[in-house]
Amino acid sequence: MSDNKDSAAEHYKGSLKIVGSILIIWAFISFGCAILFRTWMDANMPKIGNAPFGFWMAQQGSIIGFVLLLLAYTFLMNKLDEKHGFGEDS
Amino acid sequence: MSQDVWNFIFIGITFGIYIGIALWAKAGSTKEYYTAGGGVSALANGMATGADWMSAATFISMAGIVAASGYDASRFLMGWTGGFVLLTTLMVPYLRKFGKATVPDFVGDRFYSKTARLVAVFCAIFICMTYIMGQMRGVGIVFSRLFNIEIATGVIIGASIVFFYAGLGGMKGITYTQVAQYCVMVFAYTIPVIFISLALTGNVIPQMGLIGDFTKGGGEAVPLLQKMNDLSVELGVTKYTDGSLSTTDMFCITAALMAGTAGLPHVIVRFFTVKSVKAVRKSACWTLFFIAIIYLTAPALGLFARTNLVDEINNKTYTEAPSWFKNWENQGMIAWVDKNNDGIIQYGKGKAFNGKPVMEAETRGDHGQRLVKNELTTDLNEVYYDRDIIVLANPEMAGLPKWLIALVMAGCVAAALSTAAGLLLVLSTSISHDLMKKIVNPNITDKQEMAYARMASFGALVIASYFGINPPSSFVAKTVAFAFGLAASSFFPTLLMGIFSKRVNKEGAVTGMICGITFTFAYIVYFQFIADHTNYLFGISPEGIGFVGMFINFIVTFVISAFTPAPPQEVQDMVEHIRIPSGAGEATH
Repeated sequence: MSDNKDSAAEHYKGSLKIVGSILIIWAFISFGCAILFRTWMDANMPKIGNAPFGFWMAQQGSIIGFVLLLLAYTFLMNKLDEKHGFGEDS
Repeated sequence: MSQDVWNFIFIGITFGIYIGIALWAKAGSTKEYYTAGGGVSALANGMATGADWMSAATFISMAGIVAASGYDASRFLMGWTGGFVLLTTLMVPYLRKFGKATVPDFVGDRFYSKTARLVAVFCAIFICMTYIMGQMRGVGIVFSRLFNIEIATGVIIGASIVFFYAGLGGMKGITYTQVAQYCVMVFAYTIPVIFISLALTGNVIPQMGLIGDFTKGGGEAVPLLQKMNDLSVELGVTKYTDGSLSTTDMFCITAALMAGTAGLPHVIVRFFTVKSVKAVRKSACWTLFFIAIIYLTAPALGLFARTNLVDEINNKTYTEAPSWFKNWENQGMIAWVDKNNDGIIQYGKGKAFNGKPVMEAETRGDHGQRLVKNELTTDLNEVYYDRDIIVLANPEMAGLPKWLIALVMAGCVAAALSTAAGLLLVLSTSISHDLMKKIVNPNITDKQEMAYARMASFGALVIASYFGINPPSSFVAKTVAFAFGLAASSFFPTLLMGIFSKRVNKEGAVTGMICGITFTFAYIVYFQFIADHTNYLFGISPEGIGFVGMFINFIVTFVISAFTPAPPQEVQDMVEHIRIPSGAGEATH
């Protein structure tokens, strides 16, 4: 029983790390690139096609990033589940 | 074949499909009614959630907002997609593991109190009710335009259809109809844009066209965004790629929309229909993917439509204006006032006149244009257009075939119906399950509970239709600020703390929810309906105030919890239990 409890606590800790990292990137690509630092990004980053970088992030890049983030989240969490023996459900 | 015939055919076919699915998927038990029996595949649930999520407002208005405000509209694009990252990483896997059928169910159990459940029921009903009114109105408007009937008749037709498959079929009926509706929507949205992209930029992929060159008419290729910016400067309006909102406001609105998305009960319950926590994650990926297809297309469509609009009408004489201009003018969605009497359409900065156009019925102007009774402004701009026409008139602007226009109409109806159905389900289950079964009379049987659910959905539809037919002045137009702000300041923080803190107790949660939602509600009501100035607190508009309300909820909850006793041991065990992803079982009630 205590084994199970330890592994649950470990799993929870690991999942918080994954969620934390995902959310940092999430905040950076949306609030960071597209809103707070957008003027700097527009001026200093390479253009995407004809679009200034910050503008492109606001209208396209961040959305593409969100989809990729969720894929990464799913992959990492599934791996974590298996590591701690919680992966039996399909 | 005329346009009307095509419209009838497309709407008829899609309605036939929806009703057929409803009959096939009729719910037999409350489990099927609430969560479709818990066996929906991740892919199907992803499509259904996408359809549930994209309302008539998204479908019809979003591209119009992008066209009108360029960079500023990014707040909607990011807010309504980025929220799914919060929803997936922080909410739904845990709530699915908890395994109950509704959101107030979790609040009631986690905070071991009937008061908490009651507050949650109230929040859920309030959020969904404000939202569903706008949907019914949307259905009514589309029908009235399609078949030249009164808006009221259109609302009633829409309500009957929704009741038929949502009220009777429950979650099972809704889920499979939404899958069909998503397919209709995605084709209706993207196909016309592909054709327009080809015409304007020579690019098959609209997203490439957005960052590509303008090549229409065989002239020299110029960057499309550059062309739009130059045109904007010429006309004296804000550059397309620059915003006019302050950074603070932009930040707060985006954050409020994201947090609101993660706290909207009708989206959360969709994830209770899949089999396991693992399936929830997979399904969330599909959902965002399906939503992203439409959200990535909207900015392209917005830019194309704006370019078309300016290019085809500015500095043209009224007589040589394209036919779609006159068609929509006849519908009262476009108006031109010849302020300087030169017979030439000037489009530029400012408004042509105040408010929505009120047209003269019979008399026409010197050039054949319709006359408006509105008071004109001193601005140079002579053109009014309703931003909703960006999607609706789009196929005409691009000269696309009639069947495609009919498909767009069917897409609008699908968008409105699917969202209305999802909201209706939350409304009816909140009343039948959380109010009747859990609070008023725990002894009712499964059959009685389902009867209550059907009665509640009928009652909710009657009320929603009434307000759809008689919108309380500007109320419906402001529902977005309401629903998202309220969800962001009530459900989102409360659920988050319920999952990630074992120390937060009922006293804290109840006070926090009430403070958060009251503050947000009061602020929105004050600035939307009472105040005639816009001296916002910290420069945050009502759209973004949910973000502040969210912090009020967090702070109040933590402070009160710190001074009151910790939750009982079994509740703390329960919190630990939902953090373990395996063994979710079927959602129960």
